[in-house]
Amino acid sequence: MKKADLKSLDLAALWRGLTRPDPAGHDRVVPPTGFTAQLTVFSAGAMAFLAVFALALALATGRLAERWSSELAQTVTVRVSAPEDQIDRQTATVMEVLKTTPGIAEARQLPEPEVEKLLEPWFGPDVPVEALPVPRLIEVTEAAEGFDAEALRLRLQGEAPGAVLDDHTRWRQPLVSAANRLRALGLVSLLLIAAASAAMITLAAKAAMAANGQVIRVLRLIGARDITIATAFVRRFTRRAALGAAGGTLLGMAAVWALPPMDQAGGFLTGLGFQGWGWLWPLLIPVLATAIGFAATRWAALKILREVR
Amino acid sequence: MIEMQNLSFGYSGTDPLLADMSLSLQPGSFHFLTGPSGAGKTTFLRLCYAELLPSAGRMSAFGQDVRGLSRDGIAALRRRVGVVHQDTQFLDHLPVAENIALPLIVSGEPVDMGALGDLLAWVQMAGQARALPPELSGGERQRAALARAVVMSPDLILADEPTGNLDWDMSMRLLQLLIELNRSGKAVLIATHDLNLIRAAKQQVQARVLRIAGKRLQLAGADL
Repeated sequence: MKKADLKSLDLAALWRGLTRPDPAGHDRVVPPTGFTAQLTVFSAGAMAFLAVFALALALATGRLAERWSSELAQTVTVRVSAPEDQIDRQTATVMEVLKTTPGIAEARQLPEPEVEKLLEPWFGPDVPVEALPVPRLIEVTEAAEGFDAEALRLRLQGEAPGAVLDDHTRWRQPLVSAANRLRALGLVSLLLIAAASAAMITLAAKAAMAANGQVIRVLRLIGARDITIATAFVRRFTRRAALGAAGGTLLGMAAVWALPPMDQAGGFLTGLGFQGWGWLWPLLIPVLATAIGFAATRWAALKILREVR
Repeated sequence: MIEMQNLSFGYSGTDPLLADMSLSLQPGSFHFLTGPSGAGKTTFLRLCYAELLPSAGRMSAFGQDVRGLSRDGIAALRRRVGVVHQDTQFLDHLPVAENIALPLIVSGEPVDMGALGDLLAWVQMAGQARALPPELSGGERQRAALARAVVMSPDLILADEPTGNLDWDMSMRLLQLLIELNRSGKAVLIATHDLNLIRAAKQQVQARVLRIAGKRLQLAGADL
């Protein structure tokens, strides 16, 4: 048999058929498939729900990596530990060294209330900082051109032996890498979810069309055009995918919204969720699911129609 | 309407089922197609509505070469040819009335409920309009199939063994409907091996009888 010419099934014609109302009852020519229909709606919903979380994860880890990276790049700490009779002198020396080091915008010794706040998670409130051998902490803000950390470290070693320069690299860098990896994983998860959704809808559509092979044959025999037959199937499956994805997205957004607030959860959970305009991103999921449903069903329709003259 | 010149067809590439056939179906004509089982009567009808394409020779339908028809062109051809299939070919999930109106629905034509009611009454199926196809008897299915075949007011009606499973009275009823359609100007081609049906029809209409024998199409003798 000659290869089927399915030019009439162009995307625009199918899309018009999808968005147009169906007063003639074209959709009724496809037998109802109750369980398959529910399964398609449920699967699309579940995928959309997961996609919301994958998106939230990708956005959150992106923000986290960015924040840590920028903090890493801009601040360092100098810790001064020395016997009680030397600590004031060494602190003053360090401040003097920092003032004269090129590439440093600002150096600020943390006052006792701030140190107290840093220690609060371990020792509780009202810690008598002055009674503890707590090192002095100096927060250093880097200028745009940056400074030579190795040279500063050597200079401090010579002039204030109790001073230690901590540029946070050792502990922040792995975290930044981890956050970047998590963001990549989130994006890969989104792609996998989209691919799995497409596969699932294609399978469902193909199974439905294969099960309705006789219906399609009868429709062709009585003079139905390919576009009429395909639209009936595409409309049904695309709407199911859209409906399921809309429901799943709303549930997913509600679940993200219900996550513990920042001040209660702290740490990583602080950033898991959407912020401001970011709440609009998940609304793209049903649109994408609809497009996937449309493309997948069209593909299945083309495949089946090619076998029927 | 349908012109065949030296047409051949075979399901396998080497051994043709039908060979060197020539025929011209004119508007308002009445033809019977006979031949033993397996001779290729159904295949011949499938060629007429372009479900199959000839392996060799020329065939045109309503002035168009069937080989050059696009898929939409084939759909348009089938709207001009009403077919009563041997196995009736209904959508079992739709009531009889909707099955009969199906060619109109899929063509985007408006369904005139009054005309549909008249059509159901004409085939004496008014009482079964809401019944589902599996609930119908053999005779009712054939009459409903005939109603569906004519709902688009086609120029040509093809019937494949329409009385195959019917008793004589029901066969005569169906034949009368086909004769009425022919008298209203439609061309009719009935594939059957029921010689009594052919004799009964020839008493009422000018019918040509074609026979498929030895892969070829012949005009049957005067005994029919």
